[in-house]
Amino acid sequence: MLKINNLHVSVADTPILKGLTLDVPAGEVHAIMGPNGAGKSTLGYALSGRPGYEATEGAITWRGEDLLDLDPAERAAKGVFLSFQYPIEIPGVPALTFVRTALNAQKRARGEEEVSAPEFLKAVKAASKALRMDFDMLKRPLNVGFSGGEKKRMEILQMALLEPSLLILDETDSGLDIDALRIVAEGVNALRGPERSMLVITHYQRLLDYIQPDKVHVLAAGRIVASGGPELAHQLEAEGYDRYVGEAA
Amino acid sequence: MIQTASLDLRDPATFPSRRVEAWKYSDLRKYLREAPSPSPSAPVPVAGGGPFEALGGEAMVFVNGRAVGADTRMVCGEQTLRLRLISKASGTGHSVSARVAARAGARVLLLETHEGEGAAYVAHTRLDIDIAHDAEVTRIVLVDEPEDALSVTQARVKVEPGARYRQTIVATGARLQRLETEVAHHARGADVRLDGLYALSGDRHADLTSIVTHMAADGQTSQLTKGVVRGTARGVFQGKIVVERGADGTDARMGHHALILSDRGEIDAKPELIIYADDVQCAHGNTVGTLDESALFYMQQRGLSAEEARALLTRAFLVEVVDRIEHEGAREEVRAWLMARS
Repeated sequence: MLKINNLHVSVADTPILKGLTLDVPAGEVHAIMGPNGAGKSTLGYALSGRPGYEATEGAITWRGEDLLDLDPAERAAKGVFLSFQYPIEIPGVPALTFVRTALNAQKRARGEEEVSAPEFLKAVKAASKALRMDFDMLKRPLNVGFSGGEKKRMEILQMALLEPSLLILDETDSGLDIDALRIVAEGVNALRGPERSMLVITHYQRLLDYIQPDKVHVLAAGRIVASGGPELAHQLEAEGYDRYVGEAA
Repeated sequence: MIQTASLDLRDPATFPSRRVEAWKYSDLRKYLREAPSPSPSAPVPVAGGGPFEALGGEAMVFVNGRAVGADTRMVCGEQTLRLRLISKASGTGHSVSARVAARAGARVLLLETHEGEGAAYVAHTRLDIDIAHDAEVTRIVLVDEPEDALSVTQARVKVEPGARYRQTIVATGARLQRLETEVAHHARGADVRLDGLYALSGDRHADLTSIVTHMAADGQTSQLTKGVVRGTARGVFQGKIVVERGADGTDARMGHHALILSDRGEIDAKPELIIYADDVQCAHGNTVGTLDESALFYMQQRGLSAEEARALLTRAFLVEVVDRIEHEGAREEVRAWLMARS
């Protein structure tokens, strides 16, 4: 279970999150919706430990462990995965090499045995097929020259291979056409399970038609200002965020 | 000319100081004021054929400046030459002078290794390479020397019309390590690729200096140098391309890109294009930066430690130069050699 209690986060001394409290029980999918500038991406970065996103107050615990004490790689080994809104291009490092290096680094950190090359290849082939990705693309440098949709699929592929337990999806729907969105959502839904928690960060309700949340929270001006069931997303789609922006200010 | 008087280890008057413009960033005189005592003769290694042993071919070996066999090779046809420059001296100095000539139509793979096994030595290497028309020489240089050595390598390359010259230097630095390449480019379809990389740590210093003179029309030069410095290391790149009057149709491109991975590392870069002809295409690019923070975070988010992420990004940055080596066997040897040292 993910517990965020009274979290305050500043970026370059500017407070962005101002007392955010949120619980995501194991096996649940929670959506975070909110207007631009509410702090949605900051929440993803704070959970994954990005340098420069300083927690000045409050706590984050994942499965009872304090995350704020851990560096990004240690958090990854504990199962934290952030799917980036804009996945980064890594010139010179083939996607396959990168994912295998990451998987083995996580396994080493957990004291598990590393994955062998044939085992890994088999897993990659199955996962890329499910996401309808061209296997040859994975021999190319990670994300370099990939389209927006290909980059997002690459994120989901990494998710499938790294098997994280806390999945944070930051605007995964941005830049996807409807077919790509369906494939990506299928990939995410395949990862739903009783042991996994997911935070789906999105501006629009559209993604939530495909990845159905157990709960929806509204993030405005750095705090959760409303929570409800899936119907809250539809209400936001119809009414917009104005009401919450006014309320938070 | 890079330097007016040629360096002679017996004559301190020829040791350039930083007051000589071409040696501004590599002040040899700071470390070397007196002529070093001559290095003694040392036994020729019986086991092992150097870093490029696996690629076979014939060896040209020098130990402490002394040629084990011939110091000159004329090549017709296809030939792999392993030029091994072995230093087993401590506190002494030695010079090598060697010559490789590729006759018309020849193809030479020249694998040059500077194998420094001693300490605090001074090594000077003078290499002349002549490439006749329609011949091709690929020169790959691996430099592995102790941190307290001083070494200067000066190559003069004559590229005749229609010839091809490919060069890749991989330097790991020393107290002062300088590799000069001076190319007389006779153009008329001749094609020169002049690449290099330096990966420096500690207090090491490496200097890749080159001057290419396009002496006639329709020649090509492509140059890519990349470097990484850590600690208090210092990397120097001086690249000069001169396009003489009448050398129309010249196509010359030069790039130097470097990363500084520490607070006290230093890079000095001096790219120069001097153009006297009218109808030419010339370009140069020079960047010095640091590793991309968002890439480092992305990689750590996927589980790589900060150290692993930095190492992977750094190698990926440098390997672009290695990837340009056309000979597959040589490329793989260089890649493995570099991975073991960066």
